[in-house]
Amino acid sequence: MNRAVLLFGLLLAIALPLSLLAGRVWLWPDATPNAAIILAELRLPRALLAVIVGAGLGAAGAAMQGYLRNPLADPGLFGIAPGAALGAVVALWFGYTASAWLLPLFALLGAGGAMALLAAIAGRTGGIALFTLAGLMVASLAGALTALAISMAPNAFAMSEIVLWLNGALTDRSWREVLLAAPLVGLGVLLLWRTGKSLDALTLGEPVARSLGVNTGALLWMLIAGIGLTVGASVAVAGIIGFVGLIVPHLVRPLTDSRPSQLILPSALAGALLVLLADSAVRVLPFVTELRLGIALSLLGAPFFLWLLIRMRRGLE
Amino acid sequence: MTLAAQDLSIGVRLYDVSLALETGKITAICGPNGAGKSTLLKAFAGLLQAHAGAVNLDDSSLATLHPRERAKRIGYLPQAHEIAWDIPVRSLVELGRMAHGDTRAEPVDAAIAALNIEPLQDRRAQSLSGGETARVLLARVLAGEPAWILADEPLAALDIGHQLALLRHLRAAADQGAGVVLVLHDLAHAMNYADRVIVLSDGRLAADGEPEAALDVSTLQSVWKVDAQWIGADGKRALIAR
Repeated sequence: MNRAVLLFGLLLAIALPLSLLAGRVWLWPDATPNAAIILAELRLPRALLAVIVGAGLGAAGAAMQGYLRNPLADPGLFGIAPGAALGAVVALWFGYTASAWLLPLFALLGAGGAMALLAAIAGRTGGIALFTLAGLMVASLAGALTALAISMAPNAFAMSEIVLWLNGALTDRSWREVLLAAPLVGLGVLLLWRTGKSLDALTLGEPVARSLGVNTGALLWMLIAGIGLTVGASVAVAGIIGFVGLIVPHLVRPLTDSRPSQLILPSALAGALLVLLADSAVRVLPFVTELRLGIALSLLGAPFFLWLLIRMRRGLE
Repeated sequence: MTLAAQDLSIGVRLYDVSLALETGKITAICGPNGAGKSTLLKAFAGLLQAHAGAVNLDDSSLATLHPRERAKRIGYLPQAHEIAWDIPVRSLVELGRMAHGDTRAEPVDAAIAALNIEPLQDRRAQSLSGGETARVLLARVLAGEPAWILADEPLAALDIGHQLALLRHLRAAADQGAGVVLVLHDLAHAMNYADRVIVLSDGRLAADGEPEAALDVSTLQSVWKVDAQWIGADGKRALIAR
């Protein structure tokens, strides 16, 4: 247990109940009519979903940066998020959203397909460069197919549904999505957490890690499964929410001793906090239609990243 | 205890190499660039698959040994000093205990003391100089208390003072019973500090024996294609071009 876990755990425990009150209408449990129903059926599942999605993306980012030994790595590089998105887009294209289970199911199938493809290409040798390239190719293939689906959408409604959905959001989610995502993300975070020791050894390079007894092939499988579950489930219930996996480990790393194993749990908690706060913010902002969470986080994430790059450049000069 | 290659062939790097290493000694692997030195060392570390032949640790084949068992007995130090994250020096040394599944203070402290890096313990890895990094990484190997220490050009990129200090540390490890195997480019170091020198040429064993014999003038001529001669007294040899 390190202080980053305590810090972000505490902040999350404070932020979660407060976030329930925030919204287009501020909720006062004793004064607002039907407050109990609004809380139980609308705001609580939405807040929990923010926590689940954020935790999965944060942990996936930390593990991904540890594995690639690169602070600029993002779980999106694996192609799992675009794969899941493609699955969901197919469901929207065919109008399968009539049944509430079908879209997340298709998204999970898409994530599973991307995972299987990655494992088939790179899983045997376990080479990091090959693996990264495979991930990039899976991502661009899924991206191209998604673009194809949009350009050939059967009608304008389906097209706007797809485009809107691709910018992730937590609007109008219910307990169904919570129950779907919680076990998958939970299992994924557990798998990623278990890779910590091996990721620490990888700090000294792949040959040293292997000489220390790390089975790099098994490590890769665990990462594919862990990131597939966390990112796949997140996209299935919330659409594409970028930048969390990239930013969060950066925020958390200075509070730890920089060992990858020490970064995974606090990144899960900090990711949960970030998505929860961002989702509360988009609810409160006075726009006619709610700002999509995915867009909000990208608007926040890209400038942050630029600032990071400028700071890194100063460090090099 | 022995670590032995038997008719070992690996890709286009190594052909039909048979030799047995011994503990309690410093063995230097020498040869021109591309002769297969690092390949042989990696094979002894169990990091490469043999295309023919095998590497045996005592009576068992290295390839069938569980990676953790292998890691407890063989420590490997590659040439590249790669440290991806700015982790604490002590955590880095503790990584050497990984195969044992613990971070017991006693062997970690002993390794830190053996390399005189106590003052570095509270520093971060990326704040170290090249010489300090080399000692910390060797301490990482020693912390695992391996019977074999395999190091790929551990002296490269070090100044003469640090080179001699590191050789002293490796000699101390050999005196305590470890089998120390070093890939060395500097033939004078091999001549003066190794107990045995293995010379590779184009992936084949060219010479093997005591330094004076393995690195004689005719081997220098035939393997390295240089016309050179040894000068100086025993243990203080230097190589100069003729």
